[in-house]
Amino acid sequence: MKSLVCVSKTPDTTTKIAFTDDGKAFNTQGVQYIMNPYDEWYALVRALELKEARGGTVTLINVGPAENDTIIRKGLAIGADEAVRVDAEPKSAFFVARQIAHYAREQDYDLVFLGKETIDYNGSEVGAMVAEMLGVPFLSYASHMEMEGDTAVVSRDIEGGTETVEVKPPFVISAAKGLAEQRIPNMRGIMMAKRKPLNVIEPVEAEDPAVAVHYELPPEKGDVKLIDPENMDELVRLLHEEAKVI
Amino acid sequence: MHKNANGSTATASEVSSREDRFQHHDYYLLDDLLESDHLLARESVRAWVKREVSPIIEDYANRAECPTHLFRGLAEIGAFGPSLPAEYGGGGMDEIAYGVIMQELERGDSGIRSMASVQGSLVMYPIFAFGSEAQKKKYLPKLGSGELIGCFGLTEPDHGSNPSGMATHIVDDGDAYILNGSKMWITNSPLADLAVVWARAEDGKVRGLIVEKDMKGFSAPEIKGKWSLRASITGELVFEDVRVPKANLLPEVKGMRGPLSCLNKARYGIAWGAVGAALDCYDSALRYAQERTQFGKPIAQFQLQQKKLAEMITEITKAQLLVWRLGSLANAGKATPAQISMAKRNNVHMALQVAREARQIHGGMGITNEYPVMRHLMNLETVLTYEGTHDIHLLITGLDITGLNAFV
Repeated sequence: MKSLVCVSKTPDTTTKIAFTDDGKAFNTQGVQYIMNPYDEWYALVRALELKEARGGTVTLINVGPAENDTIIRKGLAIGADEAVRVDAEPKSAFFVARQIAHYAREQDYDLVFLGKETIDYNGSEVGAMVAEMLGVPFLSYASHMEMEGDTAVVSRDIEGGTETVEVKPPFVISAAKGLAEQRIPNMRGIMMAKRKPLNVIEPVEAEDPAVAVHYELPPEKGDVKLIDPENMDELVRLLHEEAKVI
Repeated sequence: MHKNANGSTATASEVSSREDRFQHHDYYLLDDLLESDHLLARESVRAWVKREVSPIIEDYANRAECPTHLFRGLAEIGAFGPSLPAEYGGGGMDEIAYGVIMQELERGDSGIRSMASVQGSLVMYPIFAFGSEAQKKKYLPKLGSGELIGCFGLTEPDHGSNPSGMATHIVDDGDAYILNGSKMWITNSPLADLAVVWARAEDGKVRGLIVEKDMKGFSAPEIKGKWSLRASITGELVFEDVRVPKANLLPEVKGMRGPLSCLNKARYGIAWGAVGAALDCYDSALRYAQERTQFGKPIAQFQLQQKKLAEMITEITKAQLLVWRLGSLANAGKATPAQISMAKRNNVHMALQVAREARQIHGGMGITNEYPVMRHLMNLETVLTYEGTHDIHLLITGLDITGLNAFV
């Protein structure tokens, strides 16, 4: 299998989210970054497992500036064979998808993996866009995937259950929890990653017709009200009249 | 005491599964001085510690049991001899990477870091540096993979700070040496497959030998009753007319230079490791101070708590700078034993002070195993003493700057 795994950089899960004063951008000051966990733990590892079982290659692709190389090296340390970085700010999902599709089209991949979403903007858009641009099927929210001969059997998380789909490569698949298990790179992998190719390529033109105009934080949580466990009527009244949830 | 959902007091094993919320603290942006493989090594070992060590460590420390299953995990992550060449089971990394790994392990627990320090710096290193090619091929890959566990025998019941006074000795007996004597305070010894033992030869010179577990006359009883490094196993080594084949003698070193060069490696790792323990205490104290409310506001808002926290991060930052510079010197082959002594002494003492202050910030909770602080505090009392005591390292600095020996 020849797999392409799309990896993105996201703020560490412990980051305190803030926006710039004009509300037009995420405030990156003091933020530490990690590889998007859905890309790392599930998409990349499943691609590696398929390679280990059936042979082939695993290539990483990232759209971003040079400081993303640390995250890309981590993917190589976990086991990917090579990496490509499109040297551009990832301005929008459309822009990123255009870069990935442009690269993938030339390389003839069997499978394109990515996480079901990035944990910062939660767009879940790139996978669908890449599939559309490449003209191949898109399997989203995959929590299980096996190859049986030349056919993939993919289980998708759907509301209240699971949908199982059969599909032949090439296709794009977005990884949910369960698709694989996190692998922590060891020191040998980290040292080997230093010698693996990381090619930097120039972006192609892509103007996103949609533009984000404003960001704001959710309202702060209100005070906690403690209700005596004996006073169920008061609890019901508050949930009904104040919280308006029942 | 901690109450769980049904109102009963939680057991140690319940509270030991607390979430490890550690965040990195880098006040002087020292990460800018690290290379990407250092950062990756740190991130990996931290993730491994959060997954494998933090959920179980309070429980094992409480029961004074060594989590022996972690040896294999330490090997897999690459914590045994990371700066030794890959062909001999090491990781081929530099000294800063080694330091960062030790820092992250000790952030979890000094005992876990000790497991790795002994295997890498005190067992694999002397075999690598002073062993024959046959010894290196026979032992190093299996030590690197955790298939074999080693220990290091230098300290004796009557010779601690003065190891060159050792009584353990060997006598030539044809194709073997007859080894007699005993060693004390040996990390990992009761479960080790082999021991690198330092003993005096008939010519008065100290020599190193690889003693295997099943050699007749060799035993390694456990030392019980430690209030410190409770998740690390410690024992003695007892040799009663043990026949050690001459092929097991480390051929390439004679005299105290052998064991002392191993200790330099280990002390270097401890200087980094202590920063990890201090960071964990600081991290816990900072979070606790921000979350704990008294007199209607978080205790972090009170000047006396701020003083403690501000001094803690100041001292940690200084210690981070010290080990980063020491690491750069070590990479260039320029770190002197006296410089390593200074860093070990300063950083362990710093960590102990930070742990004590952090313990106070946690109030009564600070003495429980709901927080890692008391465990670090107790561990660090050992770290202050082993691998050269706090006082001895001061005298090493004294000797270095005056040229006058205060030991004799």
